[in-house]
Amino acid sequence: MHPAFSVIFFTVSSGTGYGLLAVLGIGVATGWVPRDPWLGATGIVVALAAVTAGLLSSTFHLGHPERAWRAFSQWRSSWLSREGVLAVLAYGPAVALLGCWFFEAGGRPAILVLGLATAVAAAVTVYATAMIYRSLQTIPEWATGWTVVNYLVLGLAGGAVWTNAVAHAFGAAHAALTAVAAVSLAVAWLAKVTYWRHIDSAPPAATAESATGLGTFGTVRKFEGPHTEANYLLKEMGYQVARKHAAKLRRHAQALAFAVPLVLSLLAMLGGAVGVLAAFGAAASVVAGLLIERWLFFAEAKHVVTLYYGRTA
Amino acid sequence: MTSLPAQTEQTGKKLGLVIDLDICVGCHACAVNCKEWNTGGHMAPLTDTNPYGEAQDGVWFNRIHAFEVVADDGGPSMTTYFPKSCLHCEDAACVTVCPTGASYKRAEDGIVLVDESKCIGCKLCSWACPYGAREFDADAGVMKKCTLCIDRIYNENLEEADRVPACVSTCPVGARHFGDLGDPGSDVSQLVAERGGYDLMPEMGYKPTNKYLPPRPRRESSAAPAAAAPAPSTEHPLLRWADRFLSR
Repeated sequence: MHPAFSVIFFTVSSGTGYGLLAVLGIGVATGWVPRDPWLGATGIVVALAAVTAGLLSSTFHLGHPERAWRAFSQWRSSWLSREGVLAVLAYGPAVALLGCWFFEAGGRPAILVLGLATAVAAAVTVYATAMIYRSLQTIPEWATGWTVVNYLVLGLAGGAVWTNAVAHAFGAAHAALTAVAAVSLAVAWLAKVTYWRHIDSAPPAATAESATGLGTFGTVRKFEGPHTEANYLLKEMGYQVARKHAAKLRRHAQALAFAVPLVLSLLAMLGGAVGVLAAFGAAASVVAGLLIERWLFFAEAKHVVTLYYGRTA
Repeated sequence: MTSLPAQTEQTGKKLGLVIDLDICVGCHACAVNCKEWNTGGHMAPLTDTNPYGEAQDGVWFNRIHAFEVVADDGGPSMTTYFPKSCLHCEDAACVTVCPTGASYKRAEDGIVLVDESKCIGCKLCSWACPYGAREFDADAGVMKKCTLCIDRIYNENLEEADRVPACVSTCPVGARHFGDLGDPGSDVSQLVAERGGYDLMPEMGYKPTNKYLPPRPRRESSAAPAAAAPAPSTEHPLLRWADRFLSR
C-alpha cells in the first residue's frame, strides 16, 4: 500500500498523543504521576496538540477536505467514521481533566473519574483507528488482531516515554514512571516483532487462481496487463519500494522506537540535566522509530488486487 | 446511509453482469465503449491526465486483463482474456467502510453507486475492494466506479434493446450478458446454472453479483499438434533449418 505521509504522521502523532493522555490520566488517577499543576497542564496540552496536529494532517490526503465533517455521520457501519466521532468526544474528558488538574478543582474524586475517563476515551479512539485497518479483508497484513494490539501498545509506549520526559522537565521524575516507560517499551517491542513474524508466515488471503477462478485449469500467471502505464490501482496498492529494504528498515525501527528509548529512559534516572536530556532524547527517538515502523506498516501491506496484476499469491 | 440495505427493504432484484471467459477475445471494445458512455454519464467525466504525453493516467471502469493458465499435467497452456469491472457485491465492504454515506447500495436493484457530492476522497472504499473496481479521480477529488450504466438501463429515451450497459451492447462476440441474478428464472441465472458460473475470490466473503463463466473444456482434436511425429534429430543447425523448411 502506498504510504501517504499525512496518514503516517497522523497515526504516529495522534497515537502518541492519545498514549500520553492515557498514561497521564491513569497516572494522576492512581497517584503515581504527581499532581503538579504545570506538569499536568503541559502534558495534556502537548498531548492534545499532537492529537490535533495528527487529526488535521489526516484531512490533508482527502480529495475534498472541506467535506470532512460528513465523516461523522456513518458511525453505524464505518470504523473511519467511528474514529472521527470518538476523536472529537475524547477532547471532552481531556479538557475537563486539564481544568481540574491545573486549577486543583473538584478534589480527588473528580481527578479519579476524569483521569480514567480520559484514558478510556484515548484507548477507544486508538482502537477505532486500528480497526479501520483490521477490518480490511483485502490486506492480510492488516486483517489480524495483531494490528489492534500493535496500535494500542505502540501508542501506550510512546505515551509512557513522553510522560517520563514531561515529568523530568518538571523535576518530578521517579522510578515508577521510568518503570512504566521501560515495561511498555518492552511489551511494544515484543508485540511488533510478533506482528512481523505473523505477517511473514501468514497464508495468502487469496491467490491468482482464486482471483480469476481459473485454478481448475492449472497455474495462473499474468499474460499481459490491461494497460501499458501505471493506473490509480497500481500507484495506490502496488507500492513496492519498502519491501526491498524491509529487513533493514525493521532493524532501524526497532533500534529507534524501542532499544534507544529504553536505554535513554533508564539513563535518565541519573537525574539532573543529563536526565532531562536523556528523557527527551528517548521521546524524540521513539517518534522517529514509530514513523519508520508506520511507513513499513503501509509499505509492507500487499493488497489482493495486485493478484490481477501479476502477483501470484 | 452506508449500512447495506436491510433484508426487508430489498426487492430481491440483483442486477449484474455475466462474463463468458470462453468467448471473450480481448478486443477491449467493452472498455472503450464504457469510457465513451460514462465520460458523459452519471459519474462524468472519467478524467484522463496527460492523455497525449508520457505516463498517461485516467479513470476507467472496465479493465481487460489477460492471463496464461499453465496446465498442471503438462498439456498446452491456455490464454484467457479477463474483463473486470465492479461486481456489485451483495456484501459490499466498499459501502460499509465509507465514513460519509457517499458510497451506497441501492435497495431496489443492488447497484453500488457513489454520490459524488458527499465523497471526501478518503479512498478507503478502494482499499476495501478486492477487485480494483474503484478508481480515484485525482482531478475531481472523488472516487469513481461502474454504475452498471444506470443512465442506460432505465433510460426510456433509448430503444428497449439498448437499455443494457454500454459494455454489453458493444461486445462483438456476445461474451457479456446483463440481467437480474436475483431471479433464478432469468436468462442470466439460467446461463450461470448451465455453465457453472462462479464468483471471483469467494474467500473474501463479499458475495459478488457478477458471475464468470469458465472456458469450455478443450475438444480432443485440439491436442493433435502435440501428437505430431518427433523431428529427426539433426545436429547441424543448417540441417535443422532445412528439415523444418521442408516439413512445412
